[in-house]
Amino acid sequence: MAQSFASVSSAVRRSPQMPDHNFRYWIIAPSVFLLLLIGLFPLIYAFVVSFQQITMTDYDTSFAGLVNYQALFSDQRLWESILHTIVITVIALPVELILGLALAYLFLEKMYGKQIFISLIVLPTVISPIVSGATWRLLFDQRYGPINQVLSWIAGREVVMLWTIEPILVYPAILICEIWQWTPFMFLILLAALSNVDKSLTEAAELDGAGFWRIFLKIELPAIWPVMAIAILIRGVDLFRIFDMVWALTGGGPGTYTETISIYTYVQGFRQFETSYTAAIAFLIVALMSFVVTWAIRRMGLAK
Amino acid sequence: MVILGRYLLALSVLIFFVFPIYWLFAISFKTPEEIFHFPPVWYPQKIQFANYWVLFKDGDATSVWNSFILAGSSTIIAMILGTICAYSLVRFKTGGENFAVWIISQRLMPPIAIIFPIFLLYVFFGWVDSYGGLILLYTAFNLPYVIWMMRGYIEDIPIELEESALVDGCSRWAVLWKVVFPMARAGLFATAVFTFVFAWNEFIFALVLSRTEVTTYTVQVTHYFGGQSNFWAKIAAMSVLGTVPVFITVATLQRFLVRGISMGAVKG
Repeated sequence: MAQSFASVSSAVRRSPQMPDHNFRYWIIAPSVFLLLLIGLFPLIYAFVVSFQQITMTDYDTSFAGLVNYQALFSDQRLWESILHTIVITVIALPVELILGLALAYLFLEKMYGKQIFISLIVLPTVISPIVSGATWRLLFDQRYGPINQVLSWIAGREVVMLWTIEPILVYPAILICEIWQWTPFMFLILLAALSNVDKSLTEAAELDGAGFWRIFLKIELPAIWPVMAIAILIRGVDLFRIFDMVWALTGGGPGTYTETISIYTYVQGFRQFETSYTAAIAFLIVALMSFVVTWAIRRMGLAK
Repeated sequence: MVILGRYLLALSVLIFFVFPIYWLFAISFKTPEEIFHFPPVWYPQKIQFANYWVLFKDGDATSVWNSFILAGSSTIIAMILGTICAYSLVRFKTGGENFAVWIISQRLMPPIAIIFPIFLLYVFFGWVDSYGGLILLYTAFNLPYVIWMMRGYIEDIPIELEESALVDGCSRWAVLWKVVFPMARAGLFATAVFTFVFAWNEFIFALVLSRTEVTTYTVQVTHYFGGQSNFWAKIAAMSVLGTVPVFITVATLQRFLVRGISMGAVKG
């Protein structure tokens, strides 16, 4: 296709101010420039600064070698924040996937008012995570929020649960909010993928006496896997960098109990002003993410 | 019986996903007495707009306007630059697959990792708390998404149209403006709406790079979190102001919703 196009274009009179063979580079130039300025330059800068010892009070640009990277290893709060992030990710991601899939099956068949149901259920996904965190903060309020009220009805006595304060309850609170917001995302994508599965295949399998699980594992799952993989990748990456929703819901608290890696980096950089050390953390995150993301993109065939 | 069960299940699912949004809207219309009433009041006795009026009177509502300016400008710039870049990727295979992977990996980078060095850069240039600074950042941040999505939409355009336009003596730029853009207008529109929503809902860049002049509505919402959370009415009203435009825009393009959020993985 590209060849035939090139042969046609070579027959065309070239405009003098814009040589034809450079056109393809002219039109990518602005985008590449911006991406390098905002994407690559900061990383190089962070890399340099991470070897220095700049703090709020001390603008010391002399090079200190690997001091900051050594500090990373003994920084307990950093590794705890990474652990918090991983805990949220490994629980929320499978739950969203399975619930999303179950919902997709619920709405796969013909149903009265199906489109209205779907349109309303996907609303949480387009809301800003800041707003969803704030909303759940109001819902979870121990006295004026409706959740404890409903729990009181069920229990038949007054229930007071300090959702965003009690250490044992904050993770369930974060996970409920997270799952509420992003299950519809999985649902919508998986519903579309399932609707595209060739009906004649599943019907033939049904006639041959295959059950639901057999059809799912042998026909539907392989068919929807490429789409599912991308949905998992998008959500996985988003969960690893989770900031807004937790920030609005718990602020990382109580104490540092729900501090994610993004929140910890923010606190180090913009509350403690540990410039060089923050740069080292940023670089650690980028290194980790580049590795995982590049691997995942190639592995899942997303680049095609 | 099974059918009835399905509807009941569907209804309870609907309540779980919609009730929190209802609650947010309900609080925004409640009086302080209703908000801080125990046990909770399930719906406002009468619809009153005092909570919104306060936001406009105090000038807090300008943060919604700021969000609009930032998201709108950056979307327009990102759409123009991203679409022509995507065209080069599709028709000339510029940079090959590695270039495409690099672009999409930019999208997947955690903002927190780049925001700190960017902050230092912006301080150096004096761009903190300026419209230009945030528009530039949002543009760059959304470019990978635009390029990625428009790549898919441009691939759907038959190449013959462009070839015949070239034979007819159109310049390359004329082909872009007269053939590619009109042919891809549905995709352009859908991508622009999503880009707008991403920028509109963005928080962390705005938090770091704004002070007082270009506060966005997401940052403004977090300003109301006091020690005792006394500003419930403002939190709710401001959240609703920021959420309604998103609901309206997304409702206009149901058809493209899946393709838009799955980054083109599902073409529908």
